[in-house]
Amino acid sequence: MNFLERFFGNKSAKSAKERLQLVLIHDRTDLNPLVLEALKDDLIAAISKHIDIDPASVRIEVEHEGRSQRLIADIPLRVTSRRRMG
Amino acid sequence: MTAKVITVTSGKGGVGKTTTVANIAVALALGGKKVVCIDGDIGLRNLDVVMGLENRIVYDIVDIVEGRCRTRQAMIRDKRLPELFLIPAAQTRDKNAVSPSDMVRLCDELRPEMDWILIDSPAGIERGFRNSIAAADKILIVTNPEMSAVRDADRVIGLLEAEEKNSPSLIINRLNPNLVKRGDMLSVDDVYDLLRIEVIGIVPEDENVIVASNKGAPLSMEAKARAGQAFRNIARRLNGEEVPFLDLDSHSLWDRIGKFGWRK
Repeated sequence: MNFLERFFGNKSAKSAKERLQLVLIHDRTDLNPLVLEALKDDLIAAISKHIDIDPASVRIEVEHEGRSQRLIADIPLRVTSRRRMG
Repeated sequence: MTAKVITVTSGKGGVGKTTTVANIAVALALGGKKVVCIDGDIGLRNLDVVMGLENRIVYDIVDIVEGRCRTRQAMIRDKRLPELFLIPAAQTRDKNAVSPSDMVRLCDELRPEMDWILIDSPAGIERGFRNSIAAADKILIVTNPEMSAVRDADRVIGLLEAEEKNSPSLIINRLNPNLVKRGDMLSVDDVYDLLRIEVIGIVPEDENVIVASNKGAPLSMEAKARAGQAFRNIARRLNGEEVPFLDLDSHSLWDRIGKFGWRK
């Protein structure tokens, strides 16, 4: 380990944990990044039919609580729609 | 007596299942319990050598299942601990020679005479694993603080959840406290965070484990070795005692002198 790695805390255990967290989500749910992307596109298309949203700011993540996981979708609404109303 | 059946499994091979079974069995027997170990790894038996009983095998588990001997005849008594027995795996047969219902039947036959039945599962998630968990009241998953071992442990935990078995407990084996301190090994907290099942044992890496298996005398027979102590603690926890985890940071006196005296 060189001085910089030691100083900035770039430790191998940390990357092992981060990598495992991602691997385990995929192992447990059969959700791979491609499936998540496809799901996101479908969601955006469905929601856009009714509300005005910015597709670029939509986030989809898998969160876990104990050994169970849930899909979290964060879909910010456009501010412009409110202005139009007011 | 009604024995409790404990199965030790892991997914990945080489993480220390057989060592764990031998040591917990010895520790339970040292506490005066009647213990029988069953080697579930048909075709690749090893529990016999780790326990130092390899020269005394006449019959094995397949002989019992196929009716060539009575169960008693295949149980090798450990002369050092008269209440400890081993039922060895067959070496020249394959895992399909035994079925899950054979295992359930064998354990039911042994239950009234024993306090503990310990089953050493083979690695993997196939027939041998299925056989080994069929009769289990409690499942212990052995892992190492290392990527592939943790991943495979998670896979096994998932399979057990799907089978609606009781929630398994985790043994983190071969933890190297110095590597953890340096940030180069997953810590107990990291592994717990990832797997989220109860931790029942933390066993430090200890070269005495290799010495012990060379000699065929499981480490928990020795009072001093740290790994032996960790295994004895697991046995006590299985008996329902509350035992704190070993403090793995404070090493021997020499380590401490080294830390403060000759700091570079």
